[in-house]
Amino acid sequence: MNFQAGRLIMEKIKEIILAAVPEAILEDKQVLTVTVEADQLRLLAKTLHDNKELPFDFLSQLIGMDWGDSLGVLYLLSSSADLSKQLLIKTAVKDRQNPLLYTVSDIWETANLNEREVYAFFGIRFINHPDMRRFILNDDWHGFPFRKDYDEDPAINPLSLESKEIVDVAPRIIETPNGLKEEKVPVFDKDDYIINIGPQHPSMHGVMHFRTSLEGEIVKKIDVHSGYIHRGIEKLSEKLTYPQILHFTDRLDYLSANINRHALCMCVEKAASIEIPERAEYIRVIMDELNRIESHLLAWACMCNDLGAITAFIYGMREREMILDIFEKTSGGRLIINYNVVGGVMFDIYKDFQKDTKAFIIHMRESLKEYHRLFSGNVIALGRMVGIGIMKKEDAVSYGVTGPAGRGSGWSCDLRKYLPYSIYDRVEFTEVIRTECDSYARYLNRLDEIEESLKIIEQLVDNIPEGDFQAKTKAIIKIPEGQYFQRVETARGDFGVFIESHGDKNPYRLKFRSPSMALVSIMPLICKGEKLSDLIGIGGSMDYVIPDIDR
Amino acid sequence: MLLEISHPLELFKLTAWLDSMLRSLMPDWGALLIEFVLIGLVLLLAYAVIALALIYIERKITAFFQCRLGPNRVGKYGIIQSVADMVKILLKEIIPIDHVDKILFYLAPFFVIVSSMLTFGALPFGNGLHVVDFNIGLFYLIAVSSLSIIGVLLAGWSSNNKYSMIGAMRSGAQFISYELSAGLSLMTIAVLSGSLQLSTIVESQTYVYHWNLFRGHIPALIAFVIYLIAGHAETNRGPFDLPEAESELTAGYHTEYSGLQFGFFYLAEYLNMFIIAGIATTVFLGGWNPVQIEGWNGFNEVMNWIPSYVWFFAKTGVLIFLSLWVRWTFPRLRIDQLLNLEWKYLLPINLVNLVVMAVLVVFGLYIK
Repeated sequence: MNFQAGRLIMEKIKEIILAAVPEAILEDKQVLTVTVEADQLRLLAKTLHDNKELPFDFLSQLIGMDWGDSLGVLYLLSSSADLSKQLLIKTAVKDRQNPLLYTVSDIWETANLNEREVYAFFGIRFINHPDMRRFILNDDWHGFPFRKDYDEDPAINPLSLESKEIVDVAPRIIETPNGLKEEKVPVFDKDDYIINIGPQHPSMHGVMHFRTSLEGEIVKKIDVHSGYIHRGIEKLSEKLTYPQILHFTDRLDYLSANINRHALCMCVEKAASIEIPERAEYIRVIMDELNRIESHLLAWACMCNDLGAITAFIYGMREREMILDIFEKTSGGRLIINYNVVGGVMFDIYKDFQKDTKAFIIHMRESLKEYHRLFSGNVIALGRMVGIGIMKKEDAVSYGVTGPAGRGSGWSCDLRKYLPYSIYDRVEFTEVIRTECDSYARYLNRLDEIEESLKIIEQLVDNIPEGDFQAKTKAIIKIPEGQYFQRVETARGDFGVFIESHGDKNPYRLKFRSPSMALVSIMPLICKGEKLSDLIGIGGSMDYVIPDIDR
Repeated sequence: MLLEISHPLELFKLTAWLDSMLRSLMPDWGALLIEFVLIGLVLLLAYAVIALALIYIERKITAFFQCRLGPNRVGKYGIIQSVADMVKILLKEIIPIDHVDKILFYLAPFFVIVSSMLTFGALPFGNGLHVVDFNIGLFYLIAVSSLSIIGVLLAGWSSNNKYSMIGAMRSGAQFISYELSAGLSLMTIAVLSGSLQLSTIVESQTYVYHWNLFRGHIPALIAFVIYLIAGHAETNRGPFDLPEAESELTAGYHTEYSGLQFGFFYLAEYLNMFIIAGIATTVFLGGWNPVQIEGWNGFNEVMNWIPSYVWFFAKTGVLIFLSLWVRWTFPRLRIDQLLNLEWKYLLPINLVNLVVMAVLVVFGLYIK
């Protein structure tokens, strides 16, 4: 029934698109693809966002492209009401010297940082975007590294050891009745008391940099700077074969290492039509859930530490250690386990895997009770979390905040439910949703999700089928021409892999959707007016991982 | 009676003998001079040794709270770890910081450490181990220990660092607020015991039910709890460690300090914890008096054999353990919650409590 209804809705959406933009070209691929001219992009975007049938109010991915003769942007849209409905908008500009597109950041807030990233990498500038500074790259970077004709000569962008002042001035292009106008606006007011939180800061969970203006203890504005550990993984991938790219995924969001890798493996397997054995599916899901528990434990521990409870931090680490031991015995790695490969997993599970896992489940349940006794009910902890960092559902959707944080705002956004991959459609678990929208809801969500993950593991661990753990694959994996998407639910939310293949053994363009970037992008909004201490606490409750942003 | 039973291990005989020997050898002023110097040295030594012991104890206890082992490499059970740390901090370079207010910057640590050292002179560590017995001893303790805020504010102001500045501002607000509560709760006991002189306060608490905590029953208990909270807040330790708040302000007011200067702040923090516990012991828990229960003469005899300074350190140790327990369990308060707690709860309760105590004393409703 669902399938039929879904079909019907998508047919209606097609009608709506054609009614608004008759020139649009619709293609039924893995995802319904709509190609429009650059000048009609905004019209289409607005129509899709505002339509009554199925509002596409969640911009999951915004992907810059260089097709050689033209530059372009892909928008992967989804609906917050039903994440399984997806739609891809494709647009392009011919002008490589001064490519201009209209911004969609007023329609989907998450486009704000993503468009800045596209500007840094592809040089496409967005008209009416409020702040057209380069994201991730420095303002004085020469060239646009993700363009195919980019000159990689280190002499052009030499390594600078000089300390540079940060200039808080944002250029932008505004459309006026007299044509386009370029202007520069200051980011902060003249007399603002600006404090740099990060990039070296104990509570930034990595090298995040918040330039924060304060009024006494109260946060007035946050300006997000990123890119301190940007490694250009997407660019590097364009020269590597698919099995070679795999290990990068573990280094994005290193706390969801295995889940990220699972996503890329699935994307490649789907595209190259590789069947993987049942046993591998079971092992992958068990490892994913262990990984999720590990990540949530670390998030819990770090959040407690951010709020000043150092003992709780060590408790979280203690339980996490057991998972890491299981990982180590299975794969040899602890944090970055390099376990999934195209076609299955790298090694079979070890003899006592089931025994260890079951022992862990029992131990973890006890520990959860201890966590609640130690921290969840503590009156100071409650004062620091309840009603703090309110993130309304529409904001969460607009900024693309998924995962436990999004579900803490009452948004049902678990991709394991909406786009069940691997064997998630065969296990039973509850999607943990809270509607309080505050730090405490996000905090409790994580602890509850640990319990749900334990349930999933319990259902699978005794039923791992016999058989191969890896399918035989060709030495060189080639993916047929096309665009491929795979979205999975990591510990931080919607992680996406996009591959555009031109039929080679390496991708033409590879893009990872980073859930952490959405989490960071909403920080300025939800921290405004809160105390400086709460900025740290809210950061802990969002649980972003910076290498995920600095891909 | 009980106190007249001689203690084989007490030190007051030794000090009296030393005094009479010196006076027999030289004129009075010479004897006094030598005694001053000796006492000064002993206090400084005690200061350092107590700090080292506290650091080791805290690290070990914390480790057990957190399912760790704690220091266990330097010496058996890591027992000389803090000595090694001291040597390290003495040898460390003091990094000069550009654009600081030099005089204030270098002066600040001294304010902090001197204020905590000054209290040592007036604390009764044991029978006969009391250097200066002011008739306003309690007042002196409060006055002197509140000097350290000047050092903290100077450190924050002169460091030319925004984190330090925020930390100093926080600690200014915190110190001044909680000084009120600490002072008022001590005043409650001053009303009960009718004296500010520490020796009188200690001597009036012979039997356990004479301890001010029990003698003044409900108001004294309230004062005790408030004093512990306020005192804990004054030491800048979790959950009141906002001025440092390492997860927010990296290290707060002492972010820019290094080497021995940082060591001063660090030392003063530990000693303040000891001093707060020491004052609480003296004022509420009978000071160096042993546990004495009326009628149990055999028991009292045995307790009396334990020297008074051991009692003092044991009682202080219990309070320090309590403070560690709190510190390593609770998350940190936020500045507005911290001030709310003081101005909206502790201070009004304290004021009422003081009046209640006065009424109790006027009508003689305390345990006699």
